[in-house]
Amino acid sequence: MKILVTVKEVATVEDEFEIEGTEIADQYLGADLNEWDDYAVEEAVQLQEAGVADEVVTVTIGPEDCEQTIRQALAKGADRAVRVWDDSLDGVDLLDVGAKTEILRAVVEEEDPDLVLTGVQAGDDSFGATGVSLAADIGYEWGAVVNHLEHEFDGDAASVRRELEGGVEELTEIELPAVLTIQTGINEPRYASLRGIRQAQRKELDVQTLADLGVDESAVESTLELTDMYEPESESDVTIWEGSADETAAELGELLRDKGVAP
Amino acid sequence: MSDVLAVTDHRRGELRDSSYELVTAGRQLADETGGDLHLAVISGTVDEFAEKINREGVDAIHTVSHGEEFNHDVYTQAITQLYDELAPQYVLTPNSVNGLDYAPAVANRLGLPVVTDTVDLAANGETLTATREMYGGKVETTNELDGEAVVTIREAEWPAAEGTGDAAVEAFDADIDEDAVGSTVNGFEEVGGGDVDIGEADVLVSVGRGIEEEENLDIIRDLADALDATVSSSRPIVDNGWLPKNRQVGQSGKVVTPDVYIAIGISGAVQHVAGMKGSDTIVAINTDPNAPIMDIADYAIHDDLFDVVPALTEEFQ
Repeated sequence: MKILVTVKEVATVEDEFEIEGTEIADQYLGADLNEWDDYAVEEAVQLQEAGVADEVVTVTIGPEDCEQTIRQALAKGADRAVRVWDDSLDGVDLLDVGAKTEILRAVVEEEDPDLVLTGVQAGDDSFGATGVSLAADIGYEWGAVVNHLEHEFDGDAASVRRELEGGVEELTEIELPAVLTIQTGINEPRYASLRGIRQAQRKELDVQTLADLGVDESAVESTLELTDMYEPESESDVTIWEGSADETAAELGELLRDKGVAP
Repeated sequence: MSDVLAVTDHRRGELRDSSYELVTAGRQLADETGGDLHLAVISGTVDEFAEKINREGVDAIHTVSHGEEFNHDVYTQAITQLYDELAPQYVLTPNSVNGLDYAPAVANRLGLPVVTDTVDLAANGETLTATREMYGGKVETTNELDGEAVVTIREAEWPAAEGTGDAAVEAFDADIDEDAVGSTVNGFEEVGGGDVDIGEADVLVSVGRGIEEEENLDIIRDLADALDATVSSSRPIVDNGWLPKNRQVGQSGKVVTPDVYIAIGISGAVQHVAGMKGSDTIVAINTDPNAPIMDIADYAIHDDLFDVVPALTEEFQ
């Protein structure tokens, strides 16, 4: 079985930040492997270690700057990586679900995986839709918000649990090939070993442009236009206790006694 | 092309609250576009569901009787066929786990854009302005798109529709291709039972990512012991395997309403807040004064939990 894992370097934002136009000012931004994708990579690597998967390939849409982040997945055990970037993607402040779907479809057609694992959502724009959109586009079956995947496959089907709201899990059989969007907590993502990190430097990281993939540049034109970004207005009427830890703890202690819930 | 088609949400024989919220959001949008609000009720006891969801503001209800439970392949087929029949401007679905399991597929099949997890919507002519969050709620953004779209709405953002409606209920004869149904739901399982029911506690000492290391949980347990309270947590603590699933507060965990909820090192992601906002009194201990938890906290201490928690424990020893 061949597994394709979509990975994304996401922007992280410091506690204090400023907005410039429709973006957060650069100096307040960091970068990290998307948390959900980390679980998807781990699941794929575990399937490989279990002898179920023969090859684990990662794919990302991102500029050269994100290669260090992408190599984290290689360091954890993925075999090789594909990175899609194009001059026409430079400066696009929002790549919508349709645009991502079109680009990833071209990669899926080239790689022909049996299983595609994506994170449930990206920590920055949180659309949570690309995996299912991709599945519908390429004619794969799919399952959203998977928090358990049986590593023994019953013929051509994956046996999964989908995490519904309110502590209920749905037990579902999904025919392969399929796209599964992976929820946090499905496994315990490993830390890359030093050996893994060294090996990752030598693993293949193939860069493809839209033209290489046969994707028309018009694909990146989002139908959705980001028009404004602002800090949500706080509706809070919170009482803030100030002072030393002893003083604030005493205030809280008094509240608990007032409420009659302290022992 | 000015109608709205909203897709109701149900599970295990019950309409979910999000269905009634969809009616409110859908009615508002239809008023702005000058169109009708159509509802789709797919699978399960559709006639019973249709009767319940027939609230004020609904213009028509279309039922598709096929199977008992949600199946995304059935939903995707039924909704695309209803779309072809009704030609609405917007398809509205809940941003639930199941909503996210079919809305992007419906959009793709119909060649429409999809906008997920919206918290506010406004239609003006052909243009839809959708408000959503980014970076875990640190910022809100407005997004515009022209023409038809599939839109998912965040749960509990719109009030539930009330009153009794007089919409006509019609069975829609969807042509479901069984060969295109590639997934089978075999059942459900409740998780998170076990030794403790955090839903019963008067005081919850709830811990989040700010605790940093598993061994640091000891100071939380010490505090809970001193207060005769129960330990609960946000999702990352359970994901890390530091506490069992039955301790998790939030959308995918348990909804709790204690007398006092002490949120320690919890930023307050929307999924967490959904599970504890009904608490009588909320106290937040967090170094970040801008953390979303402050929006719903009644009292806050903007200080290091590793200083405050031991000091509080000492108060009660």
